[in-house]
Amino acid sequence: MTLAAEIDKNGTSPEKLLAPVLSAFWDEPESWTLDTYHRHDGYEGLRKALAMEPDDLIAYVKDSGLRGRGGAGFPTGMKWQFIPQGDGKPHYLVVNADESEPGTCKDIPLLFANPHSLIEGIVIACYAIRSSHAFIYLRGEVVPVLRRLHEAVREAYEAGYLGTNVLGSGLDLELTVHAGAGAYICGEETALLDSLEGRRGQPRLRPPFPAVAGLYACPTVVNNVESIASVPAILNKGKDWFKSMGSEKSPGFTLYSLSGHVTSPGQYEAPLGITLRQLLDMSGGIREGHRLKFWTPGGSSTPMFTDEHLDVPLDYEGVGAAGSMLGTKALQCFDETTCVVRAVTRWTEFYAHESCGKCTPCREGTYWLVQLLRDIEAGKGRMDDLDKLNDIADNINGKSFCALGDGAASPIFSSLKYFREEYEQHITGKGCPFDPARSTLWADDKDDKNAHRGVNA
Amino acid sequence: MTASNQEVSLGMPQLPAPAYPAEVLARLEADAKEVIARYPGSRSALLPLLHLVQSEEGYVSRTGMAFCADQLGLTTAEVTAVATFYTMYRRRPSGDYQVGVCTNTLCAVMGGDAIFDRLKEHLGVGNDETTDDGKVTLEHIECNAACDFAPVVMVNWEFFDNQTPESATRLVDDLIAGRTVEPTRGAPLCTYKDTARILAGFPDPRPGAVEASGGAGAASLIGLKLARGEAAPQARVVGPRGETPRGTKDVQPEDAAPHDPSPTEHLSSHDAPQKTSASDPEHPAGPAAEEGE
Repeated sequence: MTLAAEIDKNGTSPEKLLAPVLSAFWDEPESWTLDTYHRHDGYEGLRKALAMEPDDLIAYVKDSGLRGRGGAGFPTGMKWQFIPQGDGKPHYLVVNADESEPGTCKDIPLLFANPHSLIEGIVIACYAIRSSHAFIYLRGEVVPVLRRLHEAVREAYEAGYLGTNVLGSGLDLELTVHAGAGAYICGEETALLDSLEGRRGQPRLRPPFPAVAGLYACPTVVNNVESIASVPAILNKGKDWFKSMGSEKSPGFTLYSLSGHVTSPGQYEAPLGITLRQLLDMSGGIREGHRLKFWTPGGSSTPMFTDEHLDVPLDYEGVGAAGSMLGTKALQCFDETTCVVRAVTRWTEFYAHESCGKCTPCREGTYWLVQLLRDIEAGKGRMDDLDKLNDIADNINGKSFCALGDGAASPIFSSLKYFREEYEQHITGKGCPFDPARSTLWADDKDDKNAHRGVNA
Repeated sequence: MTASNQEVSLGMPQLPAPAYPAEVLARLEADAKEVIARYPGSRSALLPLLHLVQSEEGYVSRTGMAFCADQLGLTTAEVTAVATFYTMYRRRPSGDYQVGVCTNTLCAVMGGDAIFDRLKEHLGVGNDETTDDGKVTLEHIECNAACDFAPVVMVNWEFFDNQTPESATRLVDDLIAGRTVEPTRGAPLCTYKDTARILAGFPDPRPGAVEASGGAGAASLIGLKLARGEAAPQARVVGPRGETPRGTKDVQPEDAAPHDPSPTEHLSSHDAPQKTSASDPEHPAGPAAEEGE
């Protein structure tokens, strides 16, 4: 009996709870190559897709229930269906690989270890929406991933998966890898399109939606990396296989990224609906001698949770019902040594820095949030500042041009909801009661006589 | 300070940016043609072209922006507006190696703040400043999508995972001494200029660069190993991360005075208020040519 099976007595067998699909062969010595990908059914999904009519293919992906993995959870097949056909305009597919949401770290390891899953998905999607030019908008700050994408695209052209008459299907397809230049806002799909057109990355007014007027004012699908990379497996193994995982409204597998004060940070691919408790139970839990204080279900823009929420099913409905959003499934865990005011201040500084400046609520609101939070963290705040924080966040939330503003308000609202006392402590105690040295990776290192020895020391 | 800067300070219009030498211009024009051909609309080539001119001079100069404008039929104002929006474009000459310490919340809490403080002290520079020998430019950066490897340091946008103040100090010492430095994930370091050329869309020509550092990083494989029953969850799935830190700062006693963050702990204060090109005579990014020229 394996160790994992032993643990199954408690109902937490990783073998049962996890479902590596995209990550299934990341440990092969050259997992990123076309050779390796071929050995793992690579481009088989494409062959099945090319045997279908494009409209049937769109319907198939829609029926599978695949939902966007970039944060909003919009059904992928429906996005494809919105593209008007027979309109005489070029259609474009733009893959959003601008992964920058704080805490989010799934697309970058996926592209580093298995770039061909994305390229295969791109060819399938372009055949479906009748596009002959696709783009991968990769954030610029990840050069190792850019190298492997360059190489994978070269291999795919050479093998006839890209270029003219792909696998004899009549589909002509160009794929351009485009490196961004450092702007979080370009993860917002319309800002991304402006950026890809060579402009400042500022969001566009919607409607018209990109499906009608996207890149170069032509019908455009913008999909997240993981959404597109999930398509080949759905085609190859079937939509029923896909729907056998997860729940009715949130079917399938996905990558969960565990980070922070946990024993085993990393990527965990599982059916939608797994809980943080299950993930922690199988992976060694919170770092030794500590306990969970707060966590984000899907990056810093999703309202934070506490240890009350360990059993929330991590799917679109479950997290939504508990008052947050599944987002990017970036499970950032912080233990009791972490000052929530410090964490929220830093996130808010990030939003202020990354606000594109287009709309007033976000540009001005994030600026003033930072001023108030810095004062509070430094022990110079006043009690009525807390209501003011809430009020400013309320004037950003839902009143900004794009979702960056809503994201900036989330940590404020949720931290005030769960940790208002801690804010008050900073004000009444005229300073931060936490020692940042206790939160570090090396704080509890047993070999270091200078380091702190844990909560019970 | 150059002559043209002094003219700005006197309130005089700037002279046009000097052109690239003919040989450089010919080479860049050939590259630019290749870049522009990748896109249905030429303006889409602007971001890669700005990376390209950065690969020539190590930063985006007025000459570089004028070149981009020429190639794409844009005004220098249009190019400047874009070049100043994105943080990866440098506005002044900087070091061969850009050392970026992630200080977004998760990395900061896990030790990024301590690493950044240590490096500032060790190198004697502040945020976005370069060592006197021109080797290292130190920066704090935002989340770089590697939170499961926190704390993370990027050098020329290659990953150095699970860093400590000590490992990061050794890293910059090696860079300054010219010793070979290999990232946890990524290829052996090239200069910032070479990196910018890859970003412009020209594949890294060095043999072995793509396969360097192997497949996925250790943290990326944890779920996979657990799913196969290969890993013991209670024992650590990977070995203890990082190394034994030496000389870690003494931890304050429990009853220490409240932690009073200094202004330098507010990391975005290094970025804001940003000087605009107009108000910053040391880093001009003004029009390369006068209107109507």
